[in-house]
Amino acid sequence: MDVVIGQAFTGLSTGSILLLAALGLSLTFGQMGVINMAHGELMMAGSYTAYVTQQVFSASGVSLPVSLVAGFALGGLMGLALETLLIRHMYHRSLDTLLATFGVGLVLQQLARDVFGAPAVNVVAPGWLTGGVAVLGTVIPKARLFMMALAVVCVVALAVVLKATPLGRRIRATVQNRDLAETAGIPTRRIDRATFFIGSGLAGVAGVALTLIGSTSPTIGQSYLIDAFLVVVVGGLGQIKGAVIAAAALGLLNSFVEFSTTASVAKVILFVVIVIFLQIRPQGLFTVRTRSLA
Amino acid sequence: MADPAPKGHLMRSRHLVVLPAVIAAATLLLTGCGNRAGDTSTPAAKASCVDTSGSTVKVGSVYSLSGSTALNEVPINDSVKMAVDEINTSGGILGKQLQLITEDGASEPTVFAEKAQKLVSSDCVAATFGGYTSASRKAMLPVFEDDNALLYYGQQYEGLEASKNIFYTGATANQQIVPALDYLKQKGVRSLYLVGSDYVFPRTSNAIVKAYAAANGITIKGEDYVPLGGTDFSTVVNKIRTAGADAVFNVVVGDSLTSFFREYNSAGLKAATMPVMSMVVGEQEVASIGAQNLVGQPTTAAYFETVDTPANKKYVADFTAKYGQNRVTADSMAGAYAAVYAWKAMVEKAKSFDTAAIQQAAGGVTVEAPEGTITVDGTNHHITKTTRIGVIQADGQISTEWQSPGVVAPDPFLTSYPWAKGLQTG
Repeated sequence: MDVVIGQAFTGLSTGSILLLAALGLSLTFGQMGVINMAHGELMMAGSYTAYVTQQVFSASGVSLPVSLVAGFALGGLMGLALETLLIRHMYHRSLDTLLATFGVGLVLQQLARDVFGAPAVNVVAPGWLTGGVAVLGTVIPKARLFMMALAVVCVVALAVVLKATPLGRRIRATVQNRDLAETAGIPTRRIDRATFFIGSGLAGVAGVALTLIGSTSPTIGQSYLIDAFLVVVVGGLGQIKGAVIAAAALGLLNSFVEFSTTASVAKVILFVVIVIFLQIRPQGLFTVRTRSLA
Repeated sequence: MADPAPKGHLMRSRHLVVLPAVIAAATLLLTGCGNRAGDTSTPAAKASCVDTSGSTVKVGSVYSLSGSTALNEVPINDSVKMAVDEINTSGGILGKQLQLITEDGASEPTVFAEKAQKLVSSDCVAATFGGYTSASRKAMLPVFEDDNALLYYGQQYEGLEASKNIFYTGATANQQIVPALDYLKQKGVRSLYLVGSDYVFPRTSNAIVKAYAAANGITIKGEDYVPLGGTDFSTVVNKIRTAGADAVFNVVVGDSLTSFFREYNSAGLKAATMPVMSMVVGEQEVASIGAQNLVGQPTTAAYFETVDTPANKKYVADFTAKYGQNRVTADSMAGAYAAVYAWKAMVEKAKSFDTAAIQQAAGGVTVEAPEGTITVDGTNHHITKTTRIGVIQADGQISTEWQSPGVVAPDPFLTSYPWAKGLQTG
């Protein structure tokens, strides 16, 4: 029994990591349709922010909250720069965007290597996040509990922004019908930038969170990029609740399959399941219903 | 009207959804193919172009100065460079100064093969020091065999290889895995959980562990591999925790080690109750994982920075004086350093830089290496090693807990172990 509980927790925890990685993407890719292959590098920027913050504030209890804020800001600003300088020129050409942002990702990786060195750096988790809590015969690592809580906070915050603020209404209006939104006086360009800022900022937050479970290397973001895309695609483009359910489902599926087989086999089975699922439901779990013709 | 973002880009068309999946698949394919063995086409064996008539002799080094394993290989290259400088300062070899040509293997086996070819056929080096992963060594092997040149490989590896053109100065199969298992058995370990990164070295190592376990009454409670570079060890650690083995045998490599040990500690597992015996955790890895995550864990190597030999005291002092007080020395670095001196001793014994003469003279050559006295085996081109089990300290150093009684003779094909029958074919 404790195995089932342990694995269920592991699954949800893996899901929450996937969700953190995918949440920003569900905005930039899901809402705006931009395939940003540099999303992983925005996460990496967040991870190194945590590292630099730790060098400045040696007490890591302080540096974690600081780095979450700084990571969001840095990720967001980098995303903003990327959108302004590059992506907006390619809004009609998704394939070009993909290649260009992939190139930007490589440049950022090399930049990180030059600045911080090729060896992975280590961010020390604060004392109150080390060790685990014994629950129902299993041990749950505190760092993973924190990441789950962080994922919940990010989802709720994003949902509130999208559903209950003027900015959120404008974002949704722009997504559903750009021409009509513009006619109604919504500055859609500014909305694009704001959306991209938030989405990229969330990538930075995810990057900070990743430092709690592993080391920080220039390729840290790349390893989560594919999984993040999968979550967004399975959840349905532009659907936060879709992303939440998809992340949890993929995490649970992965953890239980991995427990009875191996990590590599689990990954294969996961991909097979996703491919079959997308054959049946190419639009993902949820779709936005609009009356627009687009 | 200037509208930089027309509605076109918002279309939720189907191909937009498929695109990332295609990219994902392509990326996986590309990374999967990274370890292709060298396909450098080499013409039939040609006469050596090594020129030893002048006052200098060229030697080459090829390590990854960039790419994913640069972290491990740059310090090895530094170590080789120091050995060459030392030899030059003390008068060179047979009265000739050495000129070191450094090449970057870029963490790609194919690049290793190319650079080795360049060193051998256009730079005409007398010897090459290089290689880190087994994939890089296997890629370079045909270059050295076809051109009848010499490669000195200083890294601990899985064994089951012996080329007449390679001298292996790192530990081979029976010099690290087997003594580590002997040690665990002696400590009363009756069951093991095997965990590793998913590639050839961990899988070969664990095949040896399983054969040993079967013959020695040790139960294997489980065996798990995580993709190279993987960071999610929560399920593996859950399995380890519930399987309740006496110890974990760890062949995880690289950045994944940090995730593994953090997860292990978070799950409340302790070195005192379920130690993790690591195969590739040296001083450099400890620095990167964080010593606080590793305190009290055993690890195995032929060399630790704390080894108490006069040669090592000098090696550590010289290395930190040359490259900085914050630098650590480690097994792979000491192995490559010893390789340079082994080559020097062979040349001096043969009184020639010629490949055939060196192969002839190699057997029985001894060197006072940082790890202790090493002796070259003339038949399989490996060296004798003292195997050490160390315990990781809070300051990042590893203190020797146990060492093999006397040196362990190299047996890359494990022919002297009855239980290893059937492994030799790989």
